[in-house]
Amino acid sequence: MRNRVVLGLTVMLSVAAFPAVASYARKRAAENRGFQNQIASDQKIMQALNRLTFGPRPGDVQAVKAVGLKKWIDQQLHPEAIAENPVLTAKLQTMDTLRMSERELVRNYPTPQMVRQMVSGQMPFPSDPDRRLVLTRLVERFEKRQAAGGDPNQQAPAPDVRKLNELLTPQQIRTLRQGTAQQRLDAFLALDNVKQDEVVAALPAGMRQNLFAAAPPEVRRRIELANGPQQVVARDLMEGKLLRAVYSNRQLEEVLADFWFNHFNVFLDKGADRYMVTGYERDAIRPHVLGKFKDLLEATAKSPAMLFYLDNWQSVGPNAPQARGKKGASGLNENYGRELLELHTLGVDGGYTQKDVTEAARCFTGWTIQQPQRGGTFVFNRRAHDDGEKTVLGVKIPAGGGIEDGEKVLDIVARHPATARFISRKLAMRFVADDPPEALVKRMAETFQKTDGDLRAVMKTMLESREFFSVAAYQSKMKSPLEVVASAARALNADIDYAFPLANQVAQLGEPLYRKQEPTGYSNNSREWLNSAGLMARMNFALQLADNKIPGVKVNAADLTGIALGSPEFQKR
Amino acid sequence: MPSRRIFLRNSALAMVGVGSAPLWLQRALYADVTGARKKILVAIFQRGAADGLNVVVPHGERAYYRLRPTIAIPRPALDASNRDDAAIDLDGFFGLHPSLAPLKSLYDQNHLAIVDAAGSPDPTRSHFDAQDYMESGTPGLKATQDGWMNRALPAAEGKVSPVRAIALGQTLPRSMRGVQPAVALQSIESFQVRNADAAKQFESMYTAAKDPVLRATARETFEAMAMLQAIQRQGYTPSAGATYPRGRLGQSLQQVAQLIKSDAGVEMAFADVGGWDHHTNEVGQRPSEGQLPNLLREFGGALTAFWKDMGDRMQDIVVVTMSEFGRTAHENGNRGTDHGHANCMFVMGGEVKGGKVYGKWPGLEKEQLYEGRDLALTTDFRDVLGELVARHLGNPSVKGVFPGYDPKFLGLVG
Repeated sequence: MRNRVVLGLTVMLSVAAFPAVASYARKRAAENRGFQNQIASDQKIMQALNRLTFGPRPGDVQAVKAVGLKKWIDQQLHPEAIAENPVLTAKLQTMDTLRMSERELVRNYPTPQMVRQMVSGQMPFPSDPDRRLVLTRLVERFEKRQAAGGDPNQQAPAPDVRKLNELLTPQQIRTLRQGTAQQRLDAFLALDNVKQDEVVAALPAGMRQNLFAAAPPEVRRRIELANGPQQVVARDLMEGKLLRAVYSNRQLEEVLADFWFNHFNVFLDKGADRYMVTGYERDAIRPHVLGKFKDLLEATAKSPAMLFYLDNWQSVGPNAPQARGKKGASGLNENYGRELLELHTLGVDGGYTQKDVTEAARCFTGWTIQQPQRGGTFVFNRRAHDDGEKTVLGVKIPAGGGIEDGEKVLDIVARHPATARFISRKLAMRFVADDPPEALVKRMAETFQKTDGDLRAVMKTMLESREFFSVAAYQSKMKSPLEVVASAARALNADIDYAFPLANQVAQLGEPLYRKQEPTGYSNNSREWLNSAGLMARMNFALQLADNKIPGVKVNAADLTGIALGSPEFQKR
Repeated sequence: MPSRRIFLRNSALAMVGVGSAPLWLQRALYADVTGARKKILVAIFQRGAADGLNVVVPHGERAYYRLRPTIAIPRPALDASNRDDAAIDLDGFFGLHPSLAPLKSLYDQNHLAIVDAAGSPDPTRSHFDAQDYMESGTPGLKATQDGWMNRALPAAEGKVSPVRAIALGQTLPRSMRGVQPAVALQSIESFQVRNADAAKQFESMYTAAKDPVLRATARETFEAMAMLQAIQRQGYTPSAGATYPRGRLGQSLQQVAQLIKSDAGVEMAFADVGGWDHHTNEVGQRPSEGQLPNLLREFGGALTAFWKDMGDRMQDIVVVTMSEFGRTAHENGNRGTDHGHANCMFVMGGEVKGGKVYGKWPGLEKEQLYEGRDLALTTDFRDVLGELVARHLGNPSVKGVFPGYDPKFLGLVG
C-alpha cells in the first residue's frame, strides 16, 4: 500500500513539473490523432484477424472478405452459432480429462499418495478395471523408489535399463531402438498389457519418445500414465489449449477464454488445484466470456480452484462458531478479499481501503471446499462464517447473514463504476493498444454500466470503434508466447498430431501455460514479453518449427519460412 | 587514455555486432572504468522448504531428539566408527548434517557463516506464497511487481554488461524480475541462435526493426549471445580439480563460475534447486542415506566445488542460500516433516566472517516453538540479504531494496 502511495505521489509530482506537462500533452495529442487516423480496408481485415484470432491462416483474408468484415466480426461475437472444426473435435476426443469432474480426475489420475490411499481402502479405485491395474502397478514402482531413496528432483520414476534386458529379448530391444516407426509399434503391441506398462517404465527417455511418436492415441495414454497419472491432467490442459488456439473456428471465444482465465488467474501447481483447473476453465470461465460479468465473477468466486488458490477455503471468521470451538484454528484470510478488489474488479486505484478488504474477507468466511484433496466442491460452512455486521465500499451488510453476505459483495463490486472502467481498460489493452485511448475506455465503460456488465456489448463497442481500426493500434502489440506459437502453426497450416512439445515451446518462450504463480496473471502490457532470453527463444522456435524439428508437428515450409517467423514483424500483431 | 578507451569501446561494439569480437575485446567493453573488480552476489534458492533442523542440527538441544525419535541426526560421534552417521560438531551445540562434511573445512577457515532461526516473518505455510514473498523481498505484500535482486543491482554507470544479472533456468525467477535487464539462460552453450546464417539474417532484420524497444532488446540479446558464444568457444575446465556434482545445482554453479571467470561482467547470479519438501521418508535407515541426505550431498558438493573453482576470486563473491520456510520441529507419522516456520541460511565468501552460527537460538521446548510446532524466527531474512546488499555490493539504498523494512545487520561481512 505504501508503495502505491509513493508511486502515486511521484506521478503527480512529475505532472506538476511544468515543461513535463507540456510535452506530455503534446505526446498525448499526437497519440490521439494516431487513434483517429484509419487504416486501409485490407489492413482492417488483417487487424481483425490479428486481434480476434490466434493469427491468420492462409486463405483467411479472402474468407473474411467473402463474408464481409462486419458480418465476420458479428459471427465471432456469437460463437455458439459457429460450427466447430471437426478436426479439433477429433483431436480433443482422446483427452478424457477435459470432460471429467474434479472427483473423476482424482480417481482416474491420482498422485502416488492417493494411489496408496486406494490400496489401503481409504479411497475408492476407479471403476475401469484396466485403469485399476495400471494404478496398482504404479504404486508398486513408486514404493520401490521411495524405499531406495530415489532422486526427489526427478518427476517420473527413473527408467531401469537393466530391467529392460529382463523383460525383452535382444531382438525386441533392437527393434524398439532402431526399427522404423511401424516396426517399433508392432513390437510393442505384440506384448501383453502388463508387460507393455513395465516396458514403458523401463525405456530410456529417447526410446520412449520414439515409441510415443509412432503410437496411436490409446497407447500414448498408457505411456503418459507411466510418466505419472497426475501429470496427464496438466498435459491435457496444455495440449487442449494449444489445439483449440490453432484449430478452433470459434477463435474469438478462444482468445477470450485465454484473456479471462488470465484475468482470474489460478496456478496449476498449487496443491489440490492440479485437479481443479480443468473444471475451472471449462465451467467457470468459458460459459461466461461473452456473458454478464457478474456471472463470470460469481462462477470464479464459487469455484474450488479459486477458493483454494487464494486460500479463502481456510478463512474462518474470528467470532465464528468454529473458531470459538477450536483453539488455534486459522483465522481470517484476506487473500481472496484483497485480490477480488485489486485484481478482479475495482483495480488497484479503484478507491477501496484496507478496511474494505478486511470487511469483504469477513463476508466470504465460510465459502469453502468440501474435501479439497479429493477434488472437492464448493460449499458454504455456516460454522466458519462471521455473521456480524459489515460495511463494504460504504454499503452496510446487516448482521445475521450467511452465504448471501459474499454474494452481496460480488453484487456491489460487479456494478461499481471503477470495475466498469478497470475491465474496459484491460480489454482495450488486450485488443487495441498497450496504452489505450481514454475516450475509448470511457465509451466501453459506459456500455458496461448501461448493460449491467454485458461483455458482448462491451466488446461490440470496442470492435466498432475508430480506435480499434486506427493507425496507432495497427501492429502495435507484441505477441505473447502463446500467440507466437499458435500464430506460427496457423500461418503454416501445421498438422499437429500431439501438442505438448508445442506447449513446452510456449513455456520456453516465457509463458508456462496454467503456471503463472502470481494472482496478477501474465501482464497485458505486451512490452513484458520483450527480454533477451524470450527473444532468442522466439528465433529458435521459428527455425525449429520450419525445420520440422518440433515433435508432434508437421509443416510444409519454404526456404525462408523460419526467418520470416522469427522476424520482428511476426512478433507483432 | 579516455579517448583510447572510447575508441576501443566503439570498435569492439561494431565487432560484437557481427559476433566476431574476441573475448578480451568484449571484456574491455564492459570493464569497470575505475578498474576495480566488481563485487558479486550469488543467491541459491532451495525450493520446497528444506528441513533446517536436520541441516544444521541443534545436537545440544534435548527436545530435538525427543521431537524426532526416528529422523533426528545423532549427536557428534566420539569415535571414528559411526562418524558417517552423526552430526559434525560446529560449536558444541550445532552440528552439520554428515552429508555436508565438505563444508566443515570452509567453516573452520571462517569462510562459511550460518544464520539459524532465520527466514520470512510472514506466517504463511504455502510454498507458493512464501517463495513469492521471499523472492519479491516483501513478505505479506502481493502487489510487489519486481524482485529483490533486481532492485539490489547498483545503479549502472555507462555501458552495462549484457550478462550483468543472470539466472540459471528457463524463465527469469521472481527474484530477478524488474526494470534492470536480467537474462535467464539454461546454459551458456544453449544461449544462441542454432543456425549461424539465420542468426546473421535475424540480426540485420532486428537492427532495422521499426519498434525502438524491440530494436534495443534485440541489440542486448545479440550482444549477450556474442559474449556467451565467445565464452563458450574458450571451453571450460574448473580450477584446482574442482568437480561439480551432476545435479541441477552443481551444473548451474559451474555455469556461473565460468561466466564470472571469463570477466563477462556478472554482478548478480541466481540458481535454484528443488525437491526439499520431505513429508515422507526424509532420511533412510541410516541418517546419511535417503532423500534429504542425497540432496544435501549435492548441495554441499556444489558449494565446495564452486569455492575451489573460484579460488582467489571468492574475495569478491558472496554466496547466500535460502528456502521459503522451515519444517515442523517434530516429525510426522511418515518419518517426514510438515511445513514450518524458521530455517537456516548459509553465507559463504572470502570476506565473510564465518566459522560462526549467527542468530539467537529460540529453543525447541513447546512454549518456545512458533504456534506450538515450529522453530521460531529470530532473524528476518532481509537482515541477512540487506547486509549483503549494503556492505558487500555497496548499494546504499537498502530501504529501496526492501521497502518498508529496516534491516539490522549481523556483521556477516566487511
